[in-house]
Amino acid sequence: MALLDIRNVSKSFGAIQAVNDISFAIERGEVVGLMGDNGAGKSTMVKLIAGNFPPSEGEIAVEGEVCHFHKPIEARAKGIEVVYQDLAIADNLTAAQNVFLGRELKKGPWPFRVLDKQAMIDRAAELFGELKSETRPRDLVRKMSGGQRQAVAIARTRLSKAHMVLMDEPTAAISVRQVAEVLELIRRLKAQGVAVILISHRMPDVFAVCDRIIVMRRGAKVADKTVAQTSPEEITGLITGAIRAA
Amino acid sequence: MPPDIAKPAESGHASIGDVVKIREQTIWQKIVASQPFWVTVALLVLVAFMTMLEPSFGTVDNAANVTRNFAPFGIMALGMTVVIITGGIDLSVGSIMGLVAIVAGLFLTWEYPWYVAFFMGLLAGLACGAVNGFFVAYVGMPSFVVTLGMLSIARSLAVVFSGNQMLYKFGPDAPIVKAIGQAKFPHQVPGDSIPDWIPQFSSHFWVMIVMALVVGYVFNFKAYGRHLMAIGGNENAARLTGVPVDWIKFQAYVFSAFTASIASLLLLGYNGSAINAMGQGYELRVIAATVIGGANLMGGAGTAFGAIVGSAFLEVIRNALLMAGIDSNWQGAFVGAFIILAVLLGMQSGGKSLIAATVERMFPKKHR
Repeated sequence: MALLDIRNVSKSFGAIQAVNDISFAIERGEVVGLMGDNGAGKSTMVKLIAGNFPPSEGEIAVEGEVCHFHKPIEARAKGIEVVYQDLAIADNLTAAQNVFLGRELKKGPWPFRVLDKQAMIDRAAELFGELKSETRPRDLVRKMSGGQRQAVAIARTRLSKAHMVLMDEPTAAISVRQVAEVLELIRRLKAQGVAVILISHRMPDVFAVCDRIIVMRRGAKVADKTVAQTSPEEITGLITGAIRAA
Repeated sequence: MPPDIAKPAESGHASIGDVVKIREQTIWQKIVASQPFWVTVALLVLVAFMTMLEPSFGTVDNAANVTRNFAPFGIMALGMTVVIITGGIDLSVGSIMGLVAIVAGLFLTWEYPWYVAFFMGLLAGLACGAVNGFFVAYVGMPSFVVTLGMLSIARSLAVVFSGNQMLYKFGPDAPIVKAIGQAKFPHQVPGDSIPDWIPQFSSHFWVMIVMALVVGYVFNFKAYGRHLMAIGGNENAARLTGVPVDWIKFQAYVFSAFTASIASLLLLGYNGSAINAMGQGYELRVIAATVIGGANLMGGAGTAFGAIVGSAFLEVIRNALLMAGIDSNWQGAFVGAFIILAVLLGMQSGGKSLIAATVERMFPKKHR
């Protein structure tokens, strides 16, 4: 049974058809690249899966169970986590504080239920260790590199043992060395059986880590091919519309 | 001989700390890098300097006086710190003080018991805070605009309710109200066993201490405090991770109004009368104290300790200038200069305060 099954999903905002009759399935531990030009409907697709709003038509099934998400928190409960483009981390907090933001560990009886800081630091360190990232839990995020920030955002998804992680442009604004770091993080997620949907404009990154590439154009799916079956040239053609469909 | 050669090579894998040059900050480094620390140092230096220079400054009576004078500002600075941490500002605290004093004063004039009067005053203050919070958190208006409006509304209501009269005929509970505002602890009477060097701290001071401890506890040990910081650091991130951002922001403005109400009721008791002009211009002093204490107007930084130290610092400057016989019209210039100076000193450059960075440059560490 597929981890995520998108069945004939459409989404329209008023008269605008953002996503039109899209179907695909994703298995455990699969890394899928979602590509397309600006306005192709990638973000809408991500938001549908992440639970920001429900589809107008069609259904989304997680592990065979049809879900109707209205809020991201509902999708999260089903094991779907999102790493947002801006990472959704607070600069003025430490790595550990960001990982546990909104899900703090506490100890002691009410009303003296206080933060269990040491447990959070230990757990965060453990998560960074699993990701083999050189990130220390007590460091302020403000002083971190782009790659370390990504690690913080990804560690947060590991906290809840998510089955699926959506990553929106994780390699858009960071240096070459940090890109390698982030791609390594994605491979680690895959090795742990986590499915990853990677939304990216950067062709080399997508080809470096993805098993399969889905191309969207003007709200419709125009291709769904394994990396071995395609080439960057073909994908570029599909994105721009030079190649109609494959 | 370089120290590296003398040291035997360690076996095993290098830990992250060995690989990455910047080490995690120790607690001491964190303290030295913080603005409240340097403001505290400046405060102590100022106090020591004035004690030597001016015999009447270092007296027990003056200590009781100064602590009583800044306590209302310290109390309000706690509320302001909470609001400023979320990235907002509350300009209405001074006017809320006026309204609270008048509402409580009216009920006392109508000969209600003191607790009813205080409760109604508090209610009026909290209502103002709730209006602020509603428009900022749920409607999404800029806090500056909303609280600027409330500054005008609350003051106007105070004038209307009071009929532009001073209220001082307080009915049967007047002595209790006065006792609350003028209480001292420890109370010194000639011939008691309390050492004479202990100042008779006012009720205002003790209320401030208790509130500061509570706020400090929440900031440091509660998830709530962490959520406040996160909202100031990246509101969108806080929202996406499931922090109830709107609700917490709403509460911040209500808490700020609460602190203003408490300060107002204490001053009402101390003065034994209510005027609608109470608290006029206080909002700027409170904001100044909060900023001197290290709160960041952009949000995401601030401490309870800083709020208190900032207020104390402003009052000690005022008191010192007065005692030094400097024309009181100069106060504004000094206070303004210190606001700029404090923020300059607290400015972070590469994770260090300006002073810490300068000290390090002057005395470079031998071993890296």
